[in-house]
Amino acid sequence: MKIIIMGCGRVGARLASLLDEDGHDVTVLDVDTYSFRRLPSSFGGTALFGNGIDEEALKRAGIEEADVFVAMTQGDNRNVMSCQIAKHIYDVPRVLCRIYDPLREEMYSALGLETISPTKVFAQLFKEKIEGSESK
Amino acid sequence: MYIIVVGGGRLGYYLLKALLIEGHEVLVLEKDARICKTITDEMGSVCYRGDGCEAATLAEVGTGRADMLVAVTGDDEDNLVACQVAKHKHNVPRTIARLRNPQNATLFKKLGVDVTISTTDLILEAIEREVPTHPLTHLLTIDEKGLVIVDVKITAESTTVGKTVKDLSLPKQSNLVLIIPGQGNPRTPAASTVLQEGDQIIAVTTPESEEALRNALSGI
Repeated sequence: MKIIIMGCGRVGARLASLLDEDGHDVTVLDVDTYSFRRLPSSFGGTALFGNGIDEEALKRAGIEEADVFVAMTQGDNRNVMSCQIAKHIYDVPRVLCRIYDPLREEMYSALGLETISPTKVFAQLFKEKIEGSESK
Repeated sequence: MYIIVVGGGRLGYYLLKALLIEGHEVLVLEKDARICKTITDEMGSVCYRGDGCEAATLAEVGTGRADMLVAVTGDDEDNLVACQVAKHKHNVPRTIARLRNPQNATLFKKLGVDVTISTTDLILEAIEREVPTHPLTHLLTIDEKGLVIVDVKITAESTTVGKTVKDLSLPKQSNLVLIIPGQGNPRTPAASTVLQEGDQIIAVTTPESEEALRNALSGI
């Protein structure tokens, strides 16, 4: 599969290297080339300087042929905007969007984006850990 | 009207002032506490500190009864989200977004933003109007109908000088509305009207036919 990941932070870089190991064609986009240091030296995909809310940069990353687009930057709004470009302008079959703010996440999920809120997921996870260990 | 302005930067500040003078109920949403204080000190309680992209903030300021939300922060993505939250969470009837990148206009319209304003485009249009040799300038865009009103100048180089209106092969959906000659009074073009150097032609067309219309009218 051709996969584009926008944002090469800790999660983005790790996801990119995992997918690369599985043999996918991975392109990572970031507005700061310094972020690419997080990619392992064995990474065989493409690391591209560019902003994912800019259509030119998305085209350079090969958005027209992409099967999956993942938005992983720190900015909820940037993620939301790039995912909507991928979904509504370039008809990418699978679009995944990280949104920290749970309220915004719910709204965009209702509007048809496939969203994940780390805030919600982690809070739930930690809650379960804490309450699980308590009952032992 | 109750108008919410997202972003208290220079644009938001002067917009707030102008809208207040026009007698509207206006509230600026601004994340920065210092900017908020400056506005409040000068104009009273017309600034609320908060993120205009958050549904919760918008709920607190009664966005449900707002007639309009104008997003004028410096970031296109923030303006898009503020408009979308206002529209989908609070049913605001009209949303306006400022654009930094003019190319985002199509996307924003597609995603439900009612009006987009690109400062780059506005300045470009003003420049085109000021440059006398530019053969075609935009006067007005009628979004709902997909039409534009343009101004085409007939210059000495135009191959259409001396031709009549009926000799021109105008593209579909293009109509000549008015001819303003270099000298004399404006007149409505008839089939037998002869084009002269110095004529200014006001025409209605579609954005797609603009180039063809310019060709048909000026021959350049």
